[in-house]
Amino acid sequence: MSGEVIRRARGAVAALVLAGLVVAPWVVDDYTTALLARTLALALVGVSVALLTGVAGLPTLGQTAPYAAGAYACAVVGSRISDVGVVQLVVAAGAGALLAALTVPLVVHARGVIVLMITLAIGELVVTVLGRWRSVTGGTDGLAGIPAVRPFWGLPALASDQARYLYALVVVATLIGVVLVLLRTRAGLVLRAGRDDETRLRASGHRVALHLSGAHIAAGAIAGAAGSLLVVAQQYISPADFGFDTSALLLLGVVIGGTASVGGALVGAALVIAVRDWLFGVLPGYAPLVLGALFVATVYLLPTGVTRARGRLRPPAAPAHQPTAAEQATVPELRR
Amino acid sequence: MTLLNAQEISVRYGSLAALDGVDLCVHDGQRHALIGPNGAGKTTLLNVIGGSTRPQRGTVRFDGRDVGRLGPGARARRGINRIHQRPAVFPTLTATENVVVAALPRVIARRRWWPGGRRRAAQHLAGPLLEQMGLTAVAAEPAGHLAHGQRRQLEIAMALAGRPRLLLLDEPASGLSAIEVGRLVELLQALPRAVAVLLVEHRLDLVYALSDTVTVLRDGQTLAAGTPDEIRTSPLVRQAYADGVA
Repeated sequence: MSGEVIRRARGAVAALVLAGLVVAPWVVDDYTTALLARTLALALVGVSVALLTGVAGLPTLGQTAPYAAGAYACAVVGSRISDVGVVQLVVAAGAGALLAALTVPLVVHARGVIVLMITLAIGELVVTVLGRWRSVTGGTDGLAGIPAVRPFWGLPALASDQARYLYALVVVATLIGVVLVLLRTRAGLVLRAGRDDETRLRASGHRVALHLSGAHIAAGAIAGAAGSLLVVAQQYISPADFGFDTSALLLLGVVIGGTASVGGALVGAALVIAVRDWLFGVLPGYAPLVLGALFVATVYLLPTGVTRARGRLRPPAAPAHQPTAAEQATVPELRR
Repeated sequence: MTLLNAQEISVRYGSLAALDGVDLCVHDGQRHALIGPNGAGKTTLLNVIGGSTRPQRGTVRFDGRDVGRLGPGARARRGINRIHQRPAVFPTLTATENVVVAALPRVIARRRWWPGGRRRAAQHLAGPLLEQMGLTAVAAEPAGHLAHGQRRQLEIAMALAGRPRLLLLDEPASGLSAIEVGRLVELLQALPRAVAVLLVEHRLDLVYALSDTVTVLRDGQTLAAGTPDEIRTSPLVRQAYADGVA
């Protein structure tokens, strides 16, 4: 298959999935609709993890930190100041970006496993603070009774699971569109170059730390916005929503889906949630085992993730360029 | 006019003196070659000038300013670009994207406030450079798919995209076939005179074809300096290259 055919097939699959997600609330029950809304929130955090891990080359176990910051900021604003969704979304994204900005000095100068350790520590610290700062966060009891959100001023509150799900879907689709556009800009190109060879990028005169800081803050804003969607979906939050298991599941999902693509992050997050929450009912107690087996199988068989499996399942395609006779004559090593 | 002035450069690795009080001067537009036996300190001196090695002693001035405390990135922004012994490209990016990335830091900033303006300006720069290097046919190919010689040409295009004033070439012919070396010599001879070149190369035929000044290093010290003809006939140099390659 040529690259063009694959691109079209991917586009068709994405359109089908989107159509399926739009009609889902009229097909499945309320419980599944609410679960899908929470999955969308987690998938958006997964996108932020993929942005850091696959595009910027900073593997992270700490995206639950801006996710939590966004969720709690949204919950506090929703309970005390405004029930308008746009306001909550902006505040949540801002809180996530702010927390990410504060942790920039710790994260962007480290690499590899050290980044994992630092971000893990940041995530755990945030969960500890959430558990202890009772006056604002409600401690380990969390915050309950958050009023239903209204998307814009003058619109009715979203009282049903279906309405909340569709709100989450619109926000997630919009933000993913923004991310995809940004990845095609100069910033995305430079981040991909840095993932390939950071030393070379620096030698070209680029300020690598500045680019990574921007990516870290942008990923924080996305995770913060996802936190707002979690609040909208379940109208209750507690530190348990942001523990290490959530961080690990997110990274697991992104690795399974494919770290280098937004689609991979979405597929991975959906797979992980499906295995964790649906399989829980079918195979009680075995869901973590299935997830572990899935992870091992993916890393072993499809190291670039299920959405980028072509290179592993098929022999690599020959380069598209076929040299002219003149080129063959002058560059004999070209076809080695 | 003096572009680069390195004075009294000393680098030690433990008890080994890789460079011991070396002076080097490169003028605007000059083609300057560094030669010497293995271990003479050529690449170390290139590293010092490029900013990847900090000397224990000595100063490096570029365009009249002390750049001794600057790293490779800051020196690249001032106009010192380097081509490595092994071609360093971004393998998952296309050839065009490689040149665009290299061009971005120094691309004319006039359009920087337009969304995408700098990238568009860099893209306009990439096409002619790839054509000049004979890479137009593979412009859309990922750099990782290119042959070694093409990657070398791409790296030169990337270095030129940064609009350098001094190009550091570390054994550019390494790993190339005879035909590719011929093509490389043509490309390097066609470099604009606004770009000064500091070349480290073992192949003396290449050195004499490309340079107008040659400095010979041995054991971390300057053995001789002069025109290619002077170096070719120097008894000191012949002795250094005991097998008489020069």
